[in-house]
Amino acid sequence: MRKATLWNWFWILLGLLYFFLPLLATFHFSLRARKEALSLLAYQQMIEDTRIWQALLYSIQIGLLTIGLGLLLMVPTVYWVHLRARYLRPMIEFFSLLPFVIPAIVLVFGLIRIYSGDPFPLTNTYAGTDFLLIAGYVVLTLPYLYRAIDAGMTAIDVATLTEAAQSLGAGWGTILFRVIVPNLRSAMLGAAFLILAIVLGEFTIASFIVGLRAFGPVIWQVGQNRAYEASALVIFSFLLTWILMALINFVARRAVVTSGPR
Amino acid sequence: MLSERRSAASGALRLKPLPSFIGLLDWAGVIPFLLFILLFLILPSLYLFVGSFQDSSGRFTLENIRALFTPTIMSAYWVSIRISLLTALLGGVFGFFLAYALLSEETPTWLRSALLTFCGVASNFAGVPLAQAFIFTFGRMGLVTVLLREAVGLDLYEMGFNLYSFWGLSITYLYFQLPLMVLVITPAIEGLRREWREAAENLGASPLQYWWYIGIPILMPSLLGAMILLFGNAFGAYATAISLTGGLINLITILIGNQIRGDVLHNPNLGYALALGMVVVMAVMMSLYYLLRRHSERWLRQ
Amino acid sequence: MAFLVLEHVSKRFGNLIAVEDFHLAVEKGEFISLLGPSGCGKTTVLRMIAGFELPTTGRIILEGEDITRVPPNRRNIGMVFQSYALFPNMTVAQNIAFGMRVRREPEHRIRERVDELLALVHLEDKRNSYPHQLSGGQQQRVALARALAIRPRLLLLDEPLSALDAKIRVTLRSEIRAIQRQLGITVIYVTHDQEEALSISDRIVVMRAGKIEQVGTPFQIYNFPQTSFVASFVGMLNTAEAEVLDPQQGLLQLDGAHLLSADPGLRRRKPGERVRLSIRPERISLAGEQLKDNLLQARVEDITFLGAVVRIQLRLGNTLFYMDTFNNPHLALPTIGSTVQVTCSKEAVMVLE
Repeated sequence: MRKATLWNWFWILLGLLYFFLPLLATFHFSLRARKEALSLLAYQQMIEDTRIWQALLYSIQIGLLTIGLGLLLMVPTVYWVHLRARYLRPMIEFFSLLPFVIPAIVLVFGLIRIYSGDPFPLTNTYAGTDFLLIAGYVVLTLPYLYRAIDAGMTAIDVATLTEAAQSLGAGWGTILFRVIVPNLRSAMLGAAFLILAIVLGEFTIASFIVGLRAFGPVIWQVGQNRAYEASALVIFSFLLTWILMALINFVARRAVVTSGPR
Repeated sequence: MLSERRSAASGALRLKPLPSFIGLLDWAGVIPFLLFILLFLILPSLYLFVGSFQDSSGRFTLENIRALFTPTIMSAYWVSIRISLLTALLGGVFGFFLAYALLSEETPTWLRSALLTFCGVASNFAGVPLAQAFIFTFGRMGLVTVLLREAVGLDLYEMGFNLYSFWGLSITYLYFQLPLMVLVITPAIEGLRREWREAAENLGASPLQYWWYIGIPILMPSLLGAMILLFGNAFGAYATAISLTGGLINLITILIGNQIRGDVLHNPNLGYALALGMVVVMAVMMSLYYLLRRHSERWLRQ
Repeated sequence: MAFLVLEHVSKRFGNLIAVEDFHLAVEKGEFISLLGPSGCGKTTVLRMIAGFELPTTGRIILEGEDITRVPPNRRNIGMVFQSYALFPNMTVAQNIAFGMRVRREPEHRIRERVDELLALVHLEDKRNSYPHQLSGGQQQRVALARALAIRPRLLLLDEPLSALDAKIRVTLRSEIRAIQRQLGITVIYVTHDQEEALSISDRIVVMRAGKIEQVGTPFQIYNFPQTSFVASFVGMLNTAEAEVLDPQQGLLQLDGAHLLSADPGLRRRKPGERVRLSIRPERISLAGEQLKDNLLQARVEDITFLGAVVRIQLRLGNTLFYMDTFNNPHLALPTIGSTVQVTCSKEAVMVLE
């Protein structure tokens, strides 16, 4: 009994040490922008650096659009498959999980080769580039989104719910937007925050398609030549991820309360 | 299975009966999805696939595939596979122990939930900021390096450690591998019932025998699934590697990245073959995973 | 010394007292049931015998050896769990063989023993099935065989039947008892089902809130409950408040009617004192058949068929009580709303503490 307790604490302490040491070191470094004393100078530099905030704003916009496009694509598809064509479900699942097998670098390589020339010259315009980035992100985050929505629809048994709504005289619009979507809210919100967290920190796809317009590449560039500001930025982006994860937890906990026993 | 089929049938009955078009209509609802997948996943992949088997004038050739087996490229694959296997294995084992420790009854609830949340953050905290945090920690001027040198007199770099090497990269990768393992394996560990352990003890088994005969076999499908996830996670990692080593380490992702930026191989089609090779490695790993999983789950299927 | 002795055992979980001063001696070959409502500490007692919980105070002595601190895997005590707890990754035969395998017994002996046990629990044809392919009753039989395979000194059963259907519960119950008699093994059986405890045990330990209420044979527990808790928990019971008129003669007054009781406890009461009396429903009968010590006028409120038994609800003044009578096709039942005369012997009228 005591041996097991000791063993467990060994791993917890080791985990804590490993997890917090890099954060501690980065934080420590970020306070030393002035040679003579501890200061918040690095944070001040970061706040005054408008490129960072422009890039963050851009990435947030891209993230929101990714979420929007993803939901628009996946909610009706998964609903349709649950309701009308369950035998198509393995196929949808296969394609949705395929991005796990295709690394981001391979995906972006293919996207650039196809869409930087005729017949689809997307990269010639800003809007086209943005759209290509968003499409890439939708593919990249498809496995998470599919799993969340599929699990959500399985949990609420959409077929029965639709039947009930139909028997009460609801039309298709009403069913989808006033019955199905509200019941999927927590699943969709959880997936949305996860997608946002992924997009905000994403580097591989962004750096090849839009370069320094996005947040990830900007963090990289700041790190190349301004170490103190970079350390402040690392702390900031860690906090940003933390907030998004905390929101997921919050939504998930509420979901337990609102969905009740199956 | 049966209930699924039945609900599919009743689902078809519920809607307007169009028996002769039913099949076509079923597909109509998934067309936007399939179109999107075709345009942004299949087509790009297919482009690389076809390009791998063409020469610069578009004729069919196996030359690019043969060129993959030159020492530089092979070593890039090999380093990528090794680092992925190593961090999947270490992250998997340590992550399992950590998750098991966190779920133990004696661990305070606040510590458990705090660390589980942290794992959610850390598993998503990959890429550029992660690499920078490790430079601030274990780099030549990093806090730990300096502290060890000045306080204990231990010079990591003189001892042969280098953050910008294979091992340095592995330690950095573990920062997202370990928490990912914790997150993925936690539900499986929670599924282990206390009675199994007690029944084993009651029948005279030592803790080790319990794990060998019952705990590990029951967890095996989940462990395999988690490990393959970890492998893919490390194998495709680009951002962390490029920002930590600046491209100095010969990884397959970095090689492809360089090829995208400018045709460093002086042969675009060889670049496509590189990418195809990555997908093939992942596909082989997935197939291996399915085989192993089928074997480890045989008691569920009969 | 008895085969198994629990010496003033108690168990505290933080501030909660789960078991308090539990003292019991069990003879070899006895079938003992621990009976009580959920949360009364009966499972905790069982888990302390198995070694999964360490008693806060007291000792557990098995065959003269103090096993209080012996780890569970060295006790050689078999246990059957409510949830079966079969290892899902092993076949029936592998589950049964597990205890012998970890003891490194020779392979041919394991095979013989598995065959023997499969025959004992009538599952010869399920040898190579996995647990999820079996019904609940079959799974529990495997669990029983698995626990017996190690030739345990003692067999513990923790509500083994409560997850099963009513019919299987009854057949498996008698099978367990038959196997126990055949092997002569000592059994501690935890249940919250009083009927099960009455039908299967040599002795019953009734527990409440961590303490022993009464220990006795099923006959003693049912017919001579020592506390009102035992009386009401075991079997169906009518209780009512009555006034003592003459303690020496055992005369009581219940809602205006006079009643005689043979309970010796009544002698210690004073005239005018209020006591709680109780009568088992089957001890009351219609006065037409045979006249006993007490004769009461009551109104028929309701009649329920329970198969072999017919339960009649009666009203005496403000008191409602039940009367059970055996069902037979020639039974002349009173009509609802009519007034009948019922009778019971003075031995049937118990006064509870």
